[in-house]
Amino acid sequence: MDLETRAHLKETVRRFVRERLVPLERKVEEDDAVPAEVRAELKRLGLFGLTIPAEYGGLGVDMATDVEIAFELGWTSPAFRSVMGTNIGIGSQGIVIDGTPEQKKKWLPKLASGEIVGSFALTEPDIGSDAASVKTRAVKRGDRYVVNGTKRFITNAPYANVFTLMARTDPSDPGAGGVSAFIVAADSKGIRLGKADAKMGQRGTKTCDVFFEDVEVPAENIIGGREGQGFKTAMKVLDRGRIHISGICVGTAERLIHESVGYAVNRKQFGKPIADFQLIQAMLADSRTEASAARALVLETAGRYDRGERTTMDAACCKYFASEMVGRVADRAVQIHGGAGYMAETAVEHFYRDVRLFRIYEGTSQIQQLVIAREMRRAFEG
Amino acid sequence: MKVLVPIKRVVDANVKIRVKADKTGVELANVKMAMNPFDEIAVEEAIRLFEAKVATEIVAVSMGGQACQETIRTALAMGADRGIHVKTDVELQPLAVAKLLKAIVAKENPQLVIMGKQAIDDDCNQTGQMLAGLLGWPQGTFASKLALAAGKITVTREIDGGLETVLLDLPAIVTTDLRLNQPRYASLPNIMKAKKKLIAETTPAELGVDPAPRLTTLKVEEPVKRKGGVKVKTVQELVDKLHNEAKVF
Ligand SMILES: Cc1cc2nc3c(=O)[nH]c(=O)nc-3n(C[C@H](O)[C@H](O)[C@H](O)COP(=O)(O)OP(=O)(O)OC[C@H]3O[C@@H](n4cnc5c(N)ncnc54)[C@H](O)[C@@H]3O)c2cc1C
Ligand SMILES: Cc1cc2nc3c(=O)[nH]c(=O)nc-3n(C[C@H](O)[C@H](O)[C@H](O)COP(=O)(O)OP(=O)(O)OC[C@H]3O[C@@H](n4cnc5c(N)ncnc54)[C@H](O)[C@@H]3O)c2cc1C
Repeated sequence: MDLETRAHLKETVRRFVRERLVPLERKVEEDDAVPAEVRAELKRLGLFGLTIPAEYGGLGVDMATDVEIAFELGWTSPAFRSVMGTNIGIGSQGIVIDGTPEQKKKWLPKLASGEIVGSFALTEPDIGSDAASVKTRAVKRGDRYVVNGTKRFITNAPYANVFTLMARTDPSDPGAGGVSAFIVAADSKGIRLGKADAKMGQRGTKTCDVFFEDVEVPAENIIGGREGQGFKTAMKVLDRGRIHISGICVGTAERLIHESVGYAVNRKQFGKPIADFQLIQAMLADSRTEASAARALVLETAGRYDRGERTTMDAACCKYFASEMVGRVADRAVQIHGGAGYMAETAVEHFYRDVRLFRIYEGTSQIQQLVIAREMRRAFEG
Repeated sequence: MKVLVPIKRVVDANVKIRVKADKTGVELANVKMAMNPFDEIAVEEAIRLFEAKVATEIVAVSMGGQACQETIRTALAMGADRGIHVKTDVELQPLAVAKLLKAIVAKENPQLVIMGKQAIDDDCNQTGQMLAGLLGWPQGTFASKLALAAGKITVTREIDGGLETVLLDLPAIVTTDLRLNQPRYASLPNIMKAKKKLIAETTPAELGVDPAPRLTTLKVEEPVKRKGGVKVKTVQELVDKLHNEAKVF
């Protein structure tokens, strides 16, 4: 993408986030919901189609633009990004990356416009980090599959019109090779939703259990048209998603730093602004340095992704470092705010809870470490 | 009906303005620029006329250095159809801009020119009026509401102490006030599409206008810093201070 258009996209999202969304943050905290009119505005803005190719009605931005926009979206409460987060990421990318032309034509334009919401259903009550072991079963009967199982913590499930579902099609292969990815319409008979999970943070986002009971799925809805490819698809989706999430972490760190500097300059103790104290300066400097390092890592990795290089390890490094980094930055931000930082009137209070999730979903920090080390060995051993 | 919308590139309204050390002007190096907010309102109003099927084409014009094209792109992304960039590095004052716009009006034949009532950098509030004078067209300035019907335009104007409504024959000049509308954010797909819209380039020489400034800026200074406040104990003391020190009455 040319630099002028990229800058123009970024600037527009930046303005929208700061003028329109930031003033609504408290309301989202209190209501635990994003106002309906904001959902409509996000649709009108075209954000749902960010990563969906232009031929299917999206913007089809490259990874470098994707992360620049993530930096801007990260500035505000994650609930806003979550409105279209699954359409941009895990809820559409399976179809974008591995879908057949017919599947793309059928689903992507509506995902791009925001007419429908897509969710990604991999995690189960007994299966989290060990994602290759999914127990949900899909049994072939004629020209359809019959699905049974439970999915857990599924983001946007209460709004979803379509699921990218990971289910085991080959019981003789208990590992990755037995898993297939399906496109499942949310209004299929036999799908039931649990009640919305009560979460630590990220208020305004919704997750819940999704129960599949003898749900019939047309055979043509296997992503890519072939059994046994589901886990590979999921990993490709997460490879890209991890870079995006890392961009969000950087954006949130920037916001936390902005709040911290503002508070430190204005808050006076012992007769002067606390920003005059070197112990406060050390916290600010550490946060700034770490956020800048994460930003550089994310931009570098996005560039390499766009050049078609293998970035599995780099994406894991981004997710690991950026999510842990924003956790430390949020902790310092609360500390710099003193007692006020523990109170719901300050933005840092909810960001402190919000960012905790980034170290857990789309692969925990430990799983990122495992991926990084595995890739290191693979490169060494050949 | 064709609508012409002149737009100016100015320092972003959120930027804290700094005066140059030599007091010749304000610092522009590495400063974030944006479309003059009143002009954004003008673009928005033109788009609404287009959506209401009153306007058929919206042409955005900007004047100045190469970077003006970015500002034109913003208007194109919001919904203008094409752009005209009058390239010049000369400092443009209201009369020069009005003359250049007159030359563009002669070529484009718009029925309506909607422009900001003033630019937030120099706050001149002159260009629309000068253009109306040069063209001999009616003008509706400080518009807070527009309505078009049967070759005429009704303009509600914000004036001291209330609203005034005027009826103008077309073609006409309208200048926008803050409350005319709330400009939209360009949608991301439209930003991508704006890349393909046409921006024609021209120069003051091609338009037969000498843009040289007629006024000389002697010096630019920061406003005096606000002094710290004082607390008064009684209403009487306040009245006393307002009268004797602040000389308010
Ligand atoms: C708010 C929220 C939204 C979510 N949205 C979705 C969604 O939309 N779709 C979806 O499919 N899932 C979603 N998830 C699930 C998320 O991806 C999982 O929670 C995550 O992968 C971790 O799995 P788990 O919770 O089962 O933890 P576990 O896998 O049980 O892990 C527990 C702990 O053990 C560690 N651990 C596990 N294995 C190892 C190992 N081999 N070595 C070292 N340590 C290990 C983990 O790092 C962690 O610290 C969401 C979760 C949350 C909280
Ligand atoms: C839930 C809660 C319950 C509380 N209960 C009580 C109570 O019952 N009674 C009561 O009296 N108070 C109570 N407090 C107040 C609490 O003791 C103060 O919040 C705390 O002492 C910090 O003061 P502060 O919030 O004004 O932060 P500040 O003093 O403004 O500190 C802001 C930041 O600056 C740092 N800082 C300040 N001075 C320096 C310095 N010289 N050098 C380096 N760093 C510095 C601080 O460490 C902190 O990181 C409570 C607070 C909370 C949040």
